[in-house]
Amino acid sequence: MAKITVDARGLSCPQPVVLTMEALKQNAEAYEILVDNQTALNNVSRFAKNAGKTVSFTESGDDYIIEVK
Amino acid sequence: MKEKRNLLIGGGIVGAIAVALVMLGNPKNMGFCIACFIRDIAGGVGMHGAAIVQYVRPEVIGLVCGAFIVALIKKDFAPRGGSSPLTRFILGFGVMVGALIFLGCPLRMALRIAGGDLNAVVGLAGFIVGILVGIFFLKKGFSLGRAYKQNQLEGVAMTGINVALLVILVAFPSLLLFSESGPGSMRADMWIALLAGLVVGAIAQRTRLCMVGGLRDVVLFKDWTLVCGFIAIIVICAIGNIATGNFHLGFTQGLNEAGEVIAQPVAHTQHLWNFLGMTVVGLGSVLLGGCPLRQLILAGEGNSDSAIAVLGMFVGAAFCHNFKLASSGAGTTPNGRIACIVMLVVMLGIAAYNTKKSKA
Repeated sequence: MAKITVDARGLSCPQPVVLTMEALKQNAEAYEILVDNQTALNNVSRFAKNAGKTVSFTESGDDYIIEVK
Repeated sequence: MKEKRNLLIGGGIVGAIAVALVMLGNPKNMGFCIACFIRDIAGGVGMHGAAIVQYVRPEVIGLVCGAFIVALIKKDFAPRGGSSPLTRFILGFGVMVGALIFLGCPLRMALRIAGGDLNAVVGLAGFIVGILVGIFFLKKGFSLGRAYKQNQLEGVAMTGINVALLVILVAFPSLLLFSESGPGSMRADMWIALLAGLVVGAIAQRTRLCMVGGLRDVVLFKDWTLVCGFIAIIVICAIGNIATGNFHLGFTQGLNEAGEVIAQPVAHTQHLWNFLGMTVVGLGSVLLGGCPLRQLILAGEGNSDSAIAVLGMFVGAAFCHNFKLASSGAGTTPNGRIACIVMLVVMLGIAAYNTKKSKA
């Protein structure tokens, strides 16, 4: 699997992080996680960093696209 | 690291403000209690007839408005809603039932622990069990569904309701009920209480302070960030209580000169029900995505789902007193014990129904 996309927009905490945690278990090369609020952005980023991943994000309208590698 | 530091500082300030509010007149170990204060407001507007717990608490108004103002400034204000609103109403209702069986929301549980009240440690054990049950469902894919963008009016409505309450409290107090005895009569100056609410609301908005989220993240993600706030509140408040002579370690405060037992402030010693009451609060809060304090803050940020949960707590509080579900210093009531079990079953049903096998 090259890239996994997780659409966590509109979900309340901690579901975006739970979905990220599930996705990371699949050992893909890269992940793209979509969230729509700052809290989820922070929580997902912190979780991915703690899991030893490189994290970056871009804003897209009202949403954030978090790139995890 | 920076987030942890902010939560330690923020939690510490909240703990210190809680001590100050008690010194200025709030009931002991009740500088803040979201459940008790929403219940007092329900009484203040005549939704229930329990004369000792009626007062439109400015702290709650301040919490919502403080979160709203800071969210607006920091561009966090985002009207959202539509994630199973009525289910959230029922969960909010149930959280209030559990909290009034125990006599406190998770924040007051922390403040009671900081006052040396061991009944609250029993409550904490039940709270953790409730959170663990909630996490079980979260891991299985529990979700109340997505929220969607709403218009500005929907986002600002909860703050508007609170501003209206404040206007009535200041300009037309004769419309409201005010306790003349009991916990509702014990109150810090209105403006100081409002200011305290505003400050704590702002802190809670910035740090995302949440009593249930902290313990949840430790178990679920081994993430100790949020729980720092919870620990800081207890530590600072305990130091403040010791300094002001309000720390009494035990299930009771011992005996008075006449040999009678002095209970802990606004607390009872029925361990099973302290435990189960907080189990209901813990489970319901995980399913809602945050403790009662967090629901108020999210409502201020424009989340109308959280606003509905708050209204569920508000109606739940009125039911608790109208149908004699709420405990008192004397202990629980038969109706309350039945309601506690019913709400636990209802929450488990909601959790199971909304849990789907989540595999992409």
